[in-house]
Amino acid sequence: MPDTPVVEVKNLSVRYNEALILDDISFSVKAGERFVIVGGSGSGKSTLMRHMIGLESPDQGQVLINGTDMTCCSGSAFHDALRKIGVLFQGSALLGSMTVGENVALPIMEFTDLPKTAIASMVRMKLSLVDLECYEDHLPSEISGGMRKRAGLARAIALNPSILFLDEPSAGLDPITAAEIDDLIRHINQSMGTTMIIVTHELESIFNLAQRLIMLEKTSKRIIAEGTPADLKQNSTEPLVKRFFSPRQ
Amino acid sequence: MKTIPGPYAFHITENDTHGGHTIRLKGRLTIDTASACLEQLLAALKKKSPPFYFDLSGVASLDDYGSLVLFEIKHALKIPETEFHILNPPEAYKKTLSLVNFDFDTRCSVLEGRKGSNTIVQLGESTLAALSVVKFMVAFIGAIALSTSKIFRQPKSLRLNDIISYMKSTGVDALPVIALISFLLGLIIAFMSSLQLKQFGANIYVASLVAMAMVSELGPIMTAIVVSGRTGSAYAAEIATMKISEEIDALTAMGFDPTLFLVIPRLIASLITIPLLTVFANFFGVAGGLLIGIGLLDLTAGAYITQTLDTLTIFELLWGLMKSCVFAILIAGVGCLKGFQARGGAAAVGQAATSAVVTSIFLIILFDSMFAIIRSYIG
Repeated sequence: MPDTPVVEVKNLSVRYNEALILDDISFSVKAGERFVIVGGSGSGKSTLMRHMIGLESPDQGQVLINGTDMTCCSGSAFHDALRKIGVLFQGSALLGSMTVGENVALPIMEFTDLPKTAIASMVRMKLSLVDLECYEDHLPSEISGGMRKRAGLARAIALNPSILFLDEPSAGLDPITAAEIDDLIRHINQSMGTTMIIVTHELESIFNLAQRLIMLEKTSKRIIAEGTPADLKQNSTEPLVKRFFSPRQ
Repeated sequence: MKTIPGPYAFHITENDTHGGHTIRLKGRLTIDTASACLEQLLAALKKKSPPFYFDLSGVASLDDYGSLVLFEIKHALKIPETEFHILNPPEAYKKTLSLVNFDFDTRCSVLEGRKGSNTIVQLGESTLAALSVVKFMVAFIGAIALSTSKIFRQPKSLRLNDIISYMKSTGVDALPVIALISFLLGLIIAFMSSLQLKQFGANIYVASLVAMAMVSELGPIMTAIVVSGRTGSAYAAEIATMKISEEIDALTAMGFDPTLFLVIPRLIASLITIPLLTVFANFFGVAGGLLIGIGLLDLTAGAYITQTLDTLTIFELLWGLMKSCVFAILIAGVGCLKGFQARGGAAAVGQAATSAVVTSIFLIILFDSMFAIIRSYIG
């Protein structure tokens, strides 16, 4: 089933007040794919992701996740759809009053009936996956930005979601930590078969992660390019795409 | 032989050759089935004797939660390493099984969260924390003194627009609630006192009682308590949010004095608005008494007002206002101090706001008691 689309965005348009943010966006993501959404600052990447996970409603269009339309479903259907996805937010969004371990345990406690010992074991397994097994008892404020990202990732994969949304996973991190996060994302994708939808504008991460990407453009509010990073870099005739992929002078 | 129906299944058979039992697992061993499967397997194996051979050849799907089921069984039933065997794992799931270290004992302990230290260590930590609060407070007062002296030297450094904005939020926005509370308070005092004074034909003294109570005591203290709940907590939360999001560090790095930038405008705004609010509170309190005087005690408005003015002296008015100035410094100072002391994440903002309100109300009552003692000596 590798070619089956698990996420489909159809004719999505978004306005804030009168300002058009996204115009007629359509694309699909296949199961197990590492799909990247790129674009300059203010091109609507994060807005698109927020609409895809159902945090906001668009003016028109559909977002189908495993066949469920996130733009109009509500109640238990919406929660069932959310149960199948994991999200890593840009600022990690760990709950500051809970330890790293408790943050990861939170969804497992809420959505499974496992005993406490099993939950503790699972938390430690997830934390060891992101190389944070020694930080279980630390508060988010006591660990570094890179560690917070990894802890956020451990929480996002706590329930083995089939689709993982990552908003700027390596933004604000040093190149070594950013590369480690990229490796971790690839490892999770390969070992668990998780579909990855990654929002980023970090060129290194794009080449490290993307199997396919779309590029959003700030002026037209539309998708201006779609393909693999290498293909777009070499063959695109679009000036903005060329400029995006060419090294700074 | 036992068979459990559902998306997963297991068959337990007795081994004739090696002894022990073989458990043939079938179907899906994933997050959806893990808890039920674990519960049923534990119940089924509790009375069986090891060694146990878990045959995974029939497993259609296995994730890390499925591996966890096997891990939990091994540890919950205390199965020794030599008596726990996994047979025929499908090639696709060998990697998933390798995520679990089946020999790792500590994985069976429950998440402990933050470990509490013993009583002596806690006592020591509390003492050190209290001393560091005192140190911080002295440094904070010193910083306010330095910033104030800078304003006298460089008046342009005072942020007038900020002061006006804080005056609006502290004063104008608080006026309706303070007016209503004071009016009702005056009304209650007048009504309660009239019940007693009426018996002696001393209705007119209701005006004196309301005026004295409001101007020298209840006006300043009620205003201060309402403002500490409204404004003191807001100051603490604002500054705490700025502290944890490194905005204060940014101000310092840009060469600003955070005390001059954040504390002094709030302090001045409070010093101007809280005494003014107290004057309004006094006025509305007397108006509440007037309503009872006219409505229930058959007093004329003129007689009530004359009696009020006769009772009050300039000293009483100034005493009340002086108290409200001290309360203003306490509210703004404590609010800002608690904001600056905040450390950690979002929870620190809530703690700062709560602590600011509790501390400032305690200090308001403490200082009011001290004023009462001083007043008794002044006469």
